Amino acid sequence: MLVLITYDVNTEDAAGRRRLRRVARACLDFGQRVQHSVFECDVDPARWAELRARLIAEADTAKDSLRFYQLGAKGRQRIEHVGAKPVLDLDGPLLF
Amino acid sequence: MRRHLNTIYVTTENAWLRKDGANVVVEVEGRERGRAPLHLLDGIICFGHAGASPALMGACAEANITLSWLSPQGRFLARAEGARSGNVLLRRTQYRAADDSARALAIVRNIIAAKAANQRTVLRRALRDHGAALAPDAQAQLQDAEQRLTNVVRRVAQAPDIDTARGIEGEAAQVYFGAFNQLIRVEDSAFVFAGRTRRPPLDRVNALLSFLYAVLGHDCRSALESVGLDPQVGFLHADRPGRSSLALDLMEELRPVLADRLALSLINRRQVAADDFTVSDGGAVLMTEDARKAVLVAWQDRKKDEIRHPFLEESVTFGLVAHLQSLLLARHLRGELDGYPAFIWK
Repeated sequence: MLVLITYDVNTEDAAGRRRLRRVARACLDFGQRVQHSVFECDVDPARWAELRARLIAEADTAKDSLRFYQLGAKGRQRIEHVGAKPVLDLDGPLLF
Repeated sequence: MRRHLNTIYVTTENAWLRKDGANVVVEVEGRERGRAPLHLLDGIICFGHAGASPALMGACAEANITLSWLSPQGRFLARAEGARSGNVLLRRTQYRAADDSARALAIVRNIIAAKAANQRTVLRRALRDHGAALAPDAQAQLQDAEQRLTNVVRRVAQAPDIDTARGIEGEAAQVYFGAFNQLIRVEDSAFVFAGRTRRPPLDRVNALLSFLYAVLGHDCRSALESVGLDPQVGFLHADRPGRSSLALDLMEELRPVLADRLALSLINRRQVAADDFTVSDGGAVLMTEDARKAVLVAWQDRKKDEIRHPFLEESVTFGLVAHLQSLLLARHLRGELDGYPAFIWK
């Protein structure tokens, strides 16, 4: 299933900047960065539970905001991209 | 049902692969070319001169991702392997079965029968789809080959020992590849098939087949490893140092369906052209880098096509067939299935 994750992490102090890095790192381990604070993660339910728990543990819920959009099994078809920063279709052929 | 996982193909010269968190990152000259999370992958194939960091090799071994290096033409060079290798009890059972000629014979018979049946299906599909457009002698040749392969399927079931079965398989290959040229429908002298040649392939069709077999071999190998079987100990192919005999066994039944059919469609749909190949002085025919990329894209797309698995009666992707057959073989070796149900494509 495809999950869209967006976040705003408060970076006023050094601890906030550390949280930002760690939240981004968690998302990157499971998915693809599509914009600065936006990730698409293709995860099965077990992996999603793991990722969600990790994100909530990394963030400071008093200061930061996390939003999870479940795009469902056919999520990829609901995405339209226009403009710069083309993203990779991780389901398609991966030739580098 | 296991998810169909993706494979990364690294075809750029001098690429460097490293691990970053739970991602694999492909770098070329210090620049990031691409990245993907490891949990979406079941294989990484490097063609040519790509290197990988030890950390990535370790992570791949841990996550059951087969990391192999092939020459640009697809010849197997090396793979990265971790500390664990499958389930020791299953492997012991596999070795015992390989040494027990009666058990091995039963598996070999099924594999060869399935291979011949699949070769026959390739011919039958051509007859059904284009039979009317063929010249009468070509049509007759295909029909004759189809008959003889039917005969092989019947005879191999009675083969008294493995050597006889191997002989029957050789005969089937001769009949099938003897008729293979009739399946090529482009009027182009560059794509005339005059028999199987390898090491090196001496014409374009053979170069394409050899390349697809190498890629299929990697997939079979990783499928076997992921269910805990030892890819080096086979039943049909004898043990030889460095040879993945069981992967070769598993490939036999899948070659006509996965590789041969794809090679034919690439040629017949003109997705590969005569100048996608270079001929070296010694007569060896090699594919150009662009052609290899086009073939790999077609291969990955083909693996996403769904079929109905004849034994499991479930809808699966072509890419999962090797994995499912490995599972069925493991189940047979464990004694949960009376025979090994080789993959027969209808």
